[in-house]
Amino acid sequence: MTRISLIAAALGASLLAAPAFAEQPTPLIAQGCAGCHGQSGEGQGAVARIAGYDRDAFLAIWQEFRDNSRPATIMNRIAPGYTDEEVQILADYFASIQ
Amino acid sequence: MTILTRRSFGALIGASAATLAAPSLLRANTTGRLVIIGGGFGGASAARFARITYPEVEVTLIEPYPTFITCPYGNLILGGKRELPQITHSYDGLRARGVTVLQDRAADIDPVAKSVRLASGADVGYDKLIVSPGIGLRWGAIEGYDEAAAQIFPHAWMGGDGSQITLLRQQLEALPEGGVVGLAIPGNPFRCPPGPYERISMIAHYLKQANPTAKILAFDAKEGFSKQGLFQDTWAELYGDMIEWVPGNQDGKIVRVDVENKLFISEFGEEHRVDVGNVIAPQFAAAIARDTGLADESGWVPVNSRTFEANAAADIHVIGDANIAAPLPKSGYIANSTSKTAVAAALAEMTGQPAPSDPVYFNTCYSHGGADYGFSVVGVFRPTDEGFAETPDSGGISPRGPLSELAENRRLEASYADAWYDSITRDMFS
Repeated sequence: MTRISLIAAALGASLLAAPAFAEQPTPLIAQGCAGCHGQSGEGQGAVARIAGYDRDAFLAIWQEFRDNSRPATIMNRIAPGYTDEEVQILADYFASIQ
Repeated sequence: MTILTRRSFGALIGASAATLAAPSLLRANTTGRLVIIGGGFGGASAARFARITYPEVEVTLIEPYPTFITCPYGNLILGGKRELPQITHSYDGLRARGVTVLQDRAADIDPVAKSVRLASGADVGYDKLIVSPGIGLRWGAIEGYDEAAAQIFPHAWMGGDGSQITLLRQQLEALPEGGVVGLAIPGNPFRCPPGPYERISMIAHYLKQANPTAKILAFDAKEGFSKQGLFQDTWAELYGDMIEWVPGNQDGKIVRVDVENKLFISEFGEEHRVDVGNVIAPQFAAAIARDTGLADESGWVPVNSRTFEANAAADIHVIGDANIAAPLPKSGYIANSTSKTAVAAALAEMTGQPAPSDPVYFNTCYSHGGADYGFSVVGVFRPTDEGFAETPDSGGISPRGPLSELAENRRLEASYADAWYDSITRDMFS
C-alpha cells in the first residue's frame, strides 16, 4: 500500500481518492477513438497507430480529412463531426502517449 | 479535496457495511460500489473503464453466461469466415483487473434499498447501478414463434451460449441443393440495424461456394434499411439473382410462422415455404429492464441524454440496446462509447471528479458484404435538450460505385472491420 493510500484509508477514502489517484486520465472525447485505434491509440492491424503522433501533424491531417483533401476511407466522415477545441484535446492527448 | 455530501456519506456507510458483510469483496480505499448488470458491449466496457479510471471504486459485474459471444462477427460464422471460439470472450481479463464477476442472473432491482436481487437469491448492494442487459425477443409477436419454434427457425440474434448461431450454420450446411433460405426481419427499432443485411450477404457468400443454386428470400417488415444502397449494390455485384429482398409495402411483413410445415406467412396471407428459416423476431429491452419498470410502454428505457440515468429511477443508468437513444443506433460501438460517459456521470459525485460536460457519442458500424468487401456507416452524436442528435455535416456511409473503382476501398474497410473487432473486444475484456 502506498503512503497516499494509507493516508486515504485513515482519513476516509472518498476525501482524497479522486485527486490522489488520478493519473493523466484518458479524456472522454478520446474514448471514441479506442474502438478502432485501441485504448491508447496503439493501432491495430490496418488501423493506424496514433499514439505519440506529432501534435501539429495530427491537427494538419485532421483538417485535411475534414475538408476531404486527403485520400480516406472513413476518417473523412468522422473528422467533420468534431469541433476545433475537441480536436486539440485529441491531438494533445495522443501526442502525450509514448 | 472533495466536500463530503450527505449523499456520498451515506454511500460510504453503505460500502463499509457491505465490505464487512462480505470479506471476500474487501478492498482498500473503496469509495463506493458500482454494480453492472450485463457483460456485453455496454457492461464489459463499463466495468473495464471504471476499474482503470476510478480504481478506488469497487466494481461488480452480474452476467449469467460464463463467456461472452459477440453478435458482431456472428454473421461471419455463417459465411464460413470465423469459428465460434474466435468470437467467444472470457471474463478473466476483467477479473484480473479487480472486477468481481458474478455468474448469475439479475432477477430484480430494489431502487430504494439500492440492491440487485440475483436469481440465486443473494442481494448485491450498490451505490450506482449500470444496467446494460441488451434485448429480449417478443415471443409470440410473430404468431407461432416461441422459444420452442426457435429450435426449428433459429433467431441467432443473441449470443447466449452460442447454440443459436451454431444451429443456423448447421442448417445452412444441410440445406438441400437449390433450397430456400428465408429470413424474417423486424421493423424498427431493433438490435444492429445493418445486421440482417450483413447476414444475408454472409449466407450468400457461403452458398455461392457450397450451394450456388440456392435462393435467399428476405422478408422485411420495413421499406428501407441501413446502408441499403451499399448492400443492394453488393448483392447485385457479387451474388447475381440469389437474393430477393421483399419490403413491407410488397407484403414482406411476416406475421405467422408454421415450424412444422416450414412456412412463413405474410400479412396478407401469402405462404412461403422455406428450407431454412431465420426469424429475427421483434424486440424490446431485456426482461430486467421491463419487469422493474425502467422501460416505458414502448418496451425500451427512456434515459437522460447526458448521463444515461433512467427517467424512472435515480442512480440507475441504462446503456446499450435496452435504452431509447435514437438516432444513436443499437450497436456494439454505441454501447461501448456511451458506457464511458454513463460511468463518468454515475461516479462523478462519488469520486469528486467532474461529470462529463459535453459528451460525444461515436459510432462506426462495419459490415462485410463478401470476401475482402467491407463498408461502413459513421455517426457522431451529441446530447440535446430533447434527446440526442447527429452532428450536422458529419458521418454517413461509404462511397457507392462499381467494384472496379472501389475494390481497394472495400478491401481496406474489410481490414478495418477486423481491426475494429480486435480493438473493441480488447477495450471490453483485456
